[in-house]
Amino acid sequence: MRILPSGDAAVLVEVADLDTVLGLYSALAAAPPPGVVDLVPAARTLMLVLDPAAADPAAVAAAVRATRPGTAAQRETEVVEIPVVYDGADRDDVAGLTGLSVDEIIAAHTETPWTVAFGGFMPGFGYLVGGDPRLHVPRRATPRVRVPAGAVGLAGEFSGVYPLESPGGWQLIGRTEAPMWDIDRDPPALFRPGVTVRFVEKGR
Amino acid sequence: MRALEVVTPGFLSTVQDLGRPGRAALGVGAAGAADRDALKLANRALGNPEGAAAIEATLGGLVVRARGGMFAAVTGAPVTLTVNGRGEGPYGVFYLPDGAELRMGPPPAGLRSYLAVRGGLTVDEVLGSRSTDTFAALGPPALGPGAVLPVGPPPADPPLLDALPVAPPAIGDVELRVVLGPRDDWFTAEALHTFLTEPYEVTSELDRVGIRLAGTPLTRTRDGELPSEGMVTGALQVPPSGLPVLFLADHPLTGGYPVIAVVAAADIGRAAQVRPGQRLRFRALPRFLALDAALRRRGAEPQPA
Repeated sequence: MRILPSGDAAVLVEVADLDTVLGLYSALAAAPPPGVVDLVPAARTLMLVLDPAAADPAAVAAAVRATRPGTAAQRETEVVEIPVVYDGADRDDVAGLTGLSVDEIIAAHTETPWTVAFGGFMPGFGYLVGGDPRLHVPRRATPRVRVPAGAVGLAGEFSGVYPLESPGGWQLIGRTEAPMWDIDRDPPALFRPGVTVRFVEKGR
Repeated sequence: MRALEVVTPGFLSTVQDLGRPGRAALGVGAAGAADRDALKLANRALGNPEGAAAIEATLGGLVVRARGGMFAAVTGAPVTLTVNGRGEGPYGVFYLPDGAELRMGPPPAGLRSYLAVRGGLTVDEVLGSRSTDTFAALGPPALGPGAVLPVGPPPADPPLLDALPVAPPAIGDVELRVVLGPRDDWFTAEALHTFLTEPYEVTSELDRVGIRLAGTPLTRTRDGELPSEGMVTGALQVPPSGLPVLFLADHPLTGGYPVIAVVAAADIGRAAQVRPGQRLRFRALPRFLALDAALRRRGAEPQPA
């Protein structure tokens, strides 16, 4: 574990892997050290955002070091099923990049459960990890100006669903009508760090 | 019910309070006033809780009409003000009679002015805040002509009727204190020296998300990408161009480019007031000593210059 400064109102904790990030995140979210106002998990790091008037960064750093990462059992146990029509605009490109048939792409995407690692791109967006490694593909060379809400994509080791229309460079393999982001629901986001995601074929 | 009616929003006017921290798990950033110190000052002057919602106007030009009489104050960029044609000064509390029209002229310095009213603006909250987040498209939309903003009941605390002791935003070079890191080790020693000695000019690519800077590109010691990590307000993120972007209130929650340094919390309000053409100079603060000591005990980190 390395604890790096991030100004005088945040502390960046760098750990070995995503599993440790999620364990540390669940433990600290359950019992945040005094003065911590937000936790931002990411691939290898956890950012602790502090209230500069209320937090002592050194005390926060010490509290982080003394924290035992939560075990898998203590983490988010929710499982979300996302029905997908696998007719995305980049589906055939992904077949070309991976050497898989469309059948094999769909099987790979649906048979292995994914985990929401972290968010941050836009409200309700989750970077999903843990899927079939044969699906690792680069982003599109040229991002799209407009990706529709509900588009299901792949980029690097991640899969994800665009909750709202936005620009985007992910390879699109399908679409869902699942309500990814609803400001009138509590919580508004279906994908939150630690949630397990299963994609289900609804058509192609 | 008392309210402010927007006649003309000017370049960009939004409702802002102190934002919605604590919702990163939903993918939602804090947003809130770009110059939090200015918002808090206006609210304190009016006897409001310091996080009451107000209008953040960009480069003046805002015109509003009062429905019902109310006390008001303007902080931040010191716009010229008229109430029904009569001049009022910023940085003081004044009275807006029922039906009065308040007009903001252009500010001679600074970028963002805060028009607060006694009782605060009570538009509906979204996820615990009345702030417009321009990046995530959350909260009330940017203000347009005809928008009606309800005003809450006056608080128990009295307003301060004296002028507020505050210096207006600077016109020339602005020095900002920074803490190096978290990824200063991605940059060459020359780049760190350049960053701390040469000025960086504020470009016109500037909004509530951030400020793109121009100057000598900062050279990295390594290629490849950083796994995406959390970003904070004040972060100076360096994309492949080598030219830093200074993140403000509506910054994305995560990013994949290394952050060379982060502006000290106390200086972010001043950073939010700079205009295109102004130059920023960065001065390194010691990494706060207590954390240094903790790190030194572990022997894990090189110490800052």
